[in-house]
Amino acid sequence: MSGSEVISRLKRDYIYNLMLKGEREDGRQFDELRDIALETSIIDKAEGSAMVQYGDTQVMVGVKMQVGTPFPDSPAEGVIITSMELNPIASPDFEAGPPREKAIEMARIVDRGIRESGAIDINKLCITGGEEVWMVFIDVHVLNNSGNILDAASLGAIAALMTTTVPSEREGKGEDYSMPVREMPVGISLIKIGDEMVLDPTYGEESVCETRIAISSNQDGSICSMQKSGSGSLTPAQVVKASKIAKEKGEIIREKYLLEI
Amino acid sequence: MSDKPERFIDDEGLRLDGRRVDEIRPMKVEMGVLSRADGSCYLEWGNNKVLAAVYGPRELHPRRMQKPNEVLVRYKYNMASFSVEDRIRPGPSRRSTEISKVSGEAFEPVVMTQYYPGAVIDVFAEVLQADAGTRTAAINAATLALADAGIPMKGLVSACAVGKVDGQLVLDLNKPEDNYGQADLPVAMTQDGEITLLQMDGHLTPEELEEGLEMVKKGCQQILEIQREALVSRYGNEDEEAEEESPEEVPESEEEEEEEERDDSFDNEESEAENADENDVTEEDEGEEDERQ
Repeated sequence: MSGSEVISRLKRDYIYNLMLKGEREDGRQFDELRDIALETSIIDKAEGSAMVQYGDTQVMVGVKMQVGTPFPDSPAEGVIITSMELNPIASPDFEAGPPREKAIEMARIVDRGIRESGAIDINKLCITGGEEVWMVFIDVHVLNNSGNILDAASLGAIAALMTTTVPSEREGKGEDYSMPVREMPVGISLIKIGDEMVLDPTYGEESVCETRIAISSNQDGSICSMQKSGSGSLTPAQVVKASKIAKEKGEIIREKYLLEI
Repeated sequence: MSDKPERFIDDEGLRLDGRRVDEIRPMKVEMGVLSRADGSCYLEWGNNKVLAAVYGPRELHPRRMQKPNEVLVRYKYNMASFSVEDRIRPGPSRRSTEISKVSGEAFEPVVMTQYYPGAVIDVFAEVLQADAGTRTAAINAATLALADAGIPMKGLVSACAVGKVDGQLVLDLNKPEDNYGQADLPVAMTQDGEITLLQMDGHLTPEELEEGLEMVKKGCQQILEIQREALVSRYGNEDEEAEEESPEEVPESEEEEEEEERDDSFDNEESEAENADENDVTEEDEGEEDERQ
């Protein structure tokens, strides 16, 4: 129950009843995103970075790279590791400490969006086959949770990767080069209210609608990852509908923000 | 290193293990296998071997996790260190933490959580041998373990995966298909066809998604039949049940009530579901809105 402790019953009822009527607390349509702002290369010390704002929600993503050993079953492939921190700075209901299931789940959703789309050509992150490869650490820091941190994190992750420089010189491994990005997946999540699917939920909306589906789509319109979470259920028709909306909105976000980088 | 097969489906339309694209692997279930647990189920599905146990409803600690109006369904998916080729380190991993979370959520729509406020129902799913599709196998076993424990539910949950190999959709992936396939879409469904778990990775076109969901629905229906048979063979005959049940000496009052619920939910699921709906309307007032999503 995300945030239920912080939002009063009265407000929850208000938001819920409003949504049943097809309206939202901030006056948006169900398929309308908040204003998005994306800034890249904001942390000099990181190999790549991005700051994403979805309305008041603020998420920062940093990419750090290290030389490491490959996994035995993929000796010539770089390694991608995504983690997410729900920092107590971002919300009254986040607690300090190691990531718990909610943070782990979201990190893995962001990770699958990047990994399964083939966004990064991991073969180009091999230094010496079987011995040395690049490890790519994608770290998501949530700074202000005003709802839908997942989509902000997904956008931030791919944007940060697109601005990443592989630090070969620093590590004595030859010349620096740009991160081999070959696909731009966009993650979109929707929450369910009645039979409707709602985009880019606010913090309040997330706390009354506990069924969410997150979908990442590629440039060619195919889907590369999905995940339902929360206590409710979805019909197959709702899943199909959600995937269409995700694809459509994903295209818009890709064109407006990612292709600009 | 890669032992990726050249083709996954031969000219006759048969897969590496001889199945057709819409065929599930053979499944074997046995309920009530653990005497200490309130409910349990052992399930074999292809080469998967999983064991699910249910403890509760019981008191929940730590108390801050208690839900004032409903029971918490706490699901723990765990793989035995010897269940796979390369030993895995015991204890929770990021993967198992995520699977536990979404699998628990797969049961929340069916478990009638309002009956045991503040309590917890613990579901432990142990993968003893893994061979692709362990999370769905665990859910199928867990459903029966919950039923075996007499937990009131609106229906059963069945789970199955659909995937893509050689550009073709296939039901219930085997190990090579899982490792080298183009997509994997595990789904859990209620008997009414509501999706309660859905994950996907790989590459699917929107059309394939639609078709895949149709296919996986049929897979889940086949599994539901197997689960029903297991229930009937264990609880179908009332006389037998009276003898076989209650392996432990228990104080009369509460346990009898639970036995009643068992009768209802197993012998006549339909009417149980109807009763459930009525209860929902009458017993719930304030909590209703939250439930409905």
